[in-house]
Amino acid sequence: MILTQDSTQIEVTIHVNGTPHAVKIDPCVTLLDLLRDHLQLTGSKKGCDHGQCGACTVLLDGKRVNSCLVLAVSREGSTVTTIEGLGSIANLHPLQSAFIRHDALQCGYCTPGQICSAIGLMLEGHAKSHDEIREGMSGNLCRCGAYIGIVEAIEDVMESESSREENR
Amino acid sequence: MKRFRYMKAVSVREAIGILAAEPGAALMAGGTNLVDLMKYDVSTPTVVVDINGLPLHDITEQPDGGLRLGALVSNADVAYDPRITERYPLLSSAILAGASGQLRNMATVGGNLLQRTRCSYFYDVQVRCNKREPGSGCPAKTGLNRGHAILGASPLCIATHPSDMSSLSRHWMQPSWWKERVAYEAFPSPSFIVFRERVPNATQPLSLGKSFSRWIFLPCPHRWDTAI
Repeated sequence: MILTQDSTQIEVTIHVNGTPHAVKIDPCVTLLDLLRDHLQLTGSKKGCDHGQCGACTVLLDGKRVNSCLVLAVSREGSTVTTIEGLGSIANLHPLQSAFIRHDALQCGYCTPGQICSAIGLMLEGHAKSHDEIREGMSGNLCRCGAYIGIVEAIEDVMESESSREENR
Repeated sequence: MKRFRYMKAVSVREAIGILAAEPGAALMAGGTNLVDLMKYDVSTPTVVVDINGLPLHDITEQPDGGLRLGALVSNADVAYDPRITERYPLLSSAILAGASGQLRNMATVGGNLLQRTRCSYFYDVQVRCNKREPGSGCPAKTGLNRGHAILGASPLCIATHPSDMSSLSRHWMQPSWWKERVAYEAFPSPSFIVFRERVPNATQPLSLGKSFSRWIFLPCPHRWDTAI
C-alpha cells in the first residue's frame, strides 16, 4: 500500500517529552520547525539549519539527530526528547548541573543541542575518554568557544555515573 | 524549499513504481543530503518518496564469509557493528571520519554513496554548474577549488565525491575484485560513481528497474588481496 495524501497537509502524531502531539502539517516542515513553531518548544535552536552546527540536536527514538534535517511527516509515531524534557529549573538534569559547574557555556545558544548530543553520545557508549568525547561532540559547534568546559562537564557526569555503578 | 508531495513506499516494487510514474520524484532515506539540497533549491523534487519503511535495515552474514549491508542501515550502525570493526576496520574508520555523530545516526550507507558533491558552485543556484545545468559551465575550474579534483577529473566538472566511504570503494575498484565479482555489487557501483563524475549531469542513478540496488556486498576479508 502506498500511503499518499493529495492534500498539502498531512496528519502526524509525534510523542514529544512524553506527550503525544497530533498535528496537521505541510510535508516540508522539519522536526525542528514542528517543535519550535507548532509546539512552541523553543529550547531546540536553529543555528545553521543545514545539519552542520548541532544546535538543533534532539533525541529521536533515543538517538541524537539534527532535527533541522528531519521531515516531521516521515516520523509518524516516533518519540522525541528535547532539552525541555530533560530537567526543570527545580530539578536539573545532571548534565545541566555539570554544564553550570564547569562554565560550559557563555551565550548558551548551542547549549540545548550540546546537552542533547552529550546524552546521545553517552547512550551510544562512546564517551569513555577525553578524546572520545571531543571527537563524539564534534558535531556541535560553540562560537563562544566553551569546548573545554563542555568536555569537562561530560567527563564529570560520566565519572559520577561510573562511580555510582561501582558502589552498587 | 519548493513544495512537494510526500509518499511512503513500503516495498521496493512500489518505490520503483513511483519513480517510474513520477519523473520529478526523489527517494529519501536518511534525508541528510536531500533535505539540505532542497533547502538550497538545488534539489526540487515534486514528490519525496520515503523509503525508510523498506526492509533493508539489516547486516547479514553471507555464505562466502562476507557481509551484506542493507542500503538503509545507518552509517553509525555499520561503523560500530562488531563484525565491521573486527573484519573491516578500514570501512569503520572511513565512515567515522565523515560527518558527525548526529548525521551518522541519520544517514544510511546507501545514501552515503549516492550523496551529491559539496562543490560550492553546485550548491549555489545563482551560478553556472554543469552538474545542475548541463552545458552551462564550471566556474570551479578557475574559481575557489582547493577542495576539488586534482586527478581523474573531467573537462566538464572537477567536483569530487564527498563520501569517505566512497573513497574506500575506489580502493575496492581494483580489477581483481571485479573479476571475482566480490567487491561491490550495488548501490551504486564504483564504475557508476566514475561515470557520474565524468557525465556531471547524470543525476538519477536509481531511476528505474534493476538500477535500484538494495544491498552493498562486502567480500570475505581473507580474500582481500591488499592490506586493508
